[in-house]
Amino acid sequence: MADTTPAAPPSTVGDLALEVRSKNAGPFWVTMELFMRDADGYRIVADETFINEHVIAELYRIDAATIQLFRIPSLNVVKISFPRPVSQGSLRDRDMHAGQHHVPLALLPLPGTTPGVRHG
Amino acid sequence: MDNTPAGSVRIMTPVGMLGAGWDEATIERGLALGIDVITVDGGSTDSGPYYLGSATAKTPAKAVARDLRSLLRAAARADAPLIIGSCGTSGTDSGVDWVAGMVGEIMAEEGLDLKVARIYSEQDPADLKEHLDAGRIHPLPPMGELRAETLESCTHIVGMMGHEPIVQALEAGAQVVLAGRATDTAVAAAYPLMKGMPAGPSWHAAKIVECGGQCTTDPRAGGVYTTIDARGFTIEPLDPGNACTPYTVAAHMLYETVNPFEMREPAGTLDVREATYVAVDDRRVRVEGSRFHVADRHTIKLEGARVTGYETMSFTAVRDPLILAGIESWADLLRTHLRRRVGQTLGLADDEYAFDLRLYGHNAVLDDLEPDAGPPREVGVMLLVNAPDQATATAVAKLANPLMLHLPMPEMHYLPSFAFPFSPAEVERGPAYEFVLNHVVESITPTGMFRIEYGDNHHG
Repeated sequence: MADTTPAAPPSTVGDLALEVRSKNAGPFWVTMELFMRDADGYRIVADETFINEHVIAELYRIDAATIQLFRIPSLNVVKISFPRPVSQGSLRDRDMHAGQHHVPLALLPLPGTTPGVRHG
Repeated sequence: MDNTPAGSVRIMTPVGMLGAGWDEATIERGLALGIDVITVDGGSTDSGPYYLGSATAKTPAKAVARDLRSLLRAAARADAPLIIGSCGTSGTDSGVDWVAGMVGEIMAEEGLDLKVARIYSEQDPADLKEHLDAGRIHPLPPMGELRAETLESCTHIVGMMGHEPIVQALEAGAQVVLAGRATDTAVAAAYPLMKGMPAGPSWHAAKIVECGGQCTTDPRAGGVYTTIDARGFTIEPLDPGNACTPYTVAAHMLYETVNPFEMREPAGTLDVREATYVAVDDRRVRVEGSRFHVADRHTIKLEGARVTGYETMSFTAVRDPLILAGIESWADLLRTHLRRRVGQTLGLADDEYAFDLRLYGHNAVLDDLEPDAGPPREVGVMLLVNAPDQATATAVAKLANPLMLHLPMPEMHYLPSFAFPFSPAEVERGPAYEFVLNHVVESITPTGMFRIEYGDNHHG
């Protein structure tokens, strides 16, 4: 998700990250991480008024009470885990490894930027 | 196997998954450094319920045999045990036998005579029902209480062993341990625990090495080499050109885990909150401060899969901008027509079969979570049908065929034709499976749910 358009000012969470990824954590959970480039980027995404359980619940249409959110300053990482909304391998599971479910998080507009202004 | 305490234990983990392969130079490097044990994971649930449900391996036999030959030679040269976990992807009994059969053939070809232990982890639903009736089975979030019918519906159920059955096999003299379903970490933790290494560093090191080179700066460059001692562990990549850094090692605790600080094992919980990660040099990392809290109750986690029905897939593609401009309403129209045709011809109600229509290139991957609304250039239309039997699933897909070939938008006064990539368009996928167990059994003994047999003579 990183290094898309170096000239453009960062507009999404992914623009400030080394890597944004998601993956199954066992068949019944999905987990995702924001690996931020530096402490400045970390401070933005670790701010509880920006990314919190309610924002994630809205983004992924899940129950906020089921979300586990970890802020890890030593790694400049925010990690988010929640029960898989669609059972792994079921008819409606379109992402067996949950490997592409980080994208809504990565495309989250940064505070102060205009939502929806994106390239492509 | 000599179980007298050691000052340190050196582990070589060549790769994250048996069958994925490696550069032989990385094995030579490990042997030159000196090793006490070789450990490798042979399975995962990550690729879905099919592998457990059907007791089929994900990895091709030739790839597994190639890796086994390399490791059996290395184990014999170093006089170090070889431990393989979750044999055959899902760790079913047939998966253990599959690997054991290959081990036997390779040892005969190579003139090796290593003592093999096979640890079976498949569970009899009748035994589990006794545990259930006795109140010894508990759900893990997000699952609810287990019902006996769920146990009976599974085609295969495995219990995830901890280190204890592996230690038992090693103490009985096994030089090659082929474990059924085991926790990813038990495979590497067993030998150091047997040799008296502290539990915190043993389990933490085992978690860091379970995916091979994932904890290095270049995960493609092969596996890792770890030394566990009384105070912690030191880790480095097998490839001298690759590096572990405090960041890459610490970050691996995040990988495929719900909680980055704690990890439950059958015997207790690894706790890395106080762990420190310090660079020894530019490619080695020292980790200390890992703790392990022994649980009040030893528990064995169950995995089970059952058949949900039979699936048939069909696929066509749309490039015409006139359709793409209204692709969602076109798809809704297709769904409506298909349900009507199935009712008319097969007499099936909507709840007697199911289908998923996916618009690849539009929103197939994220569905209603898709944040981008831009018009697609082309769309792959996948129809996936699930029905109680294969013939019905295929009949539904075939009823969709004229629609997936010609369905016009309502305002069109002609029949467009879409781009099927192959003929016939329908592909039968066979039985489809789902995972249904995420429960633990309070184990009466840590080894009681597993059966150990010696020799490479696999069943049947």
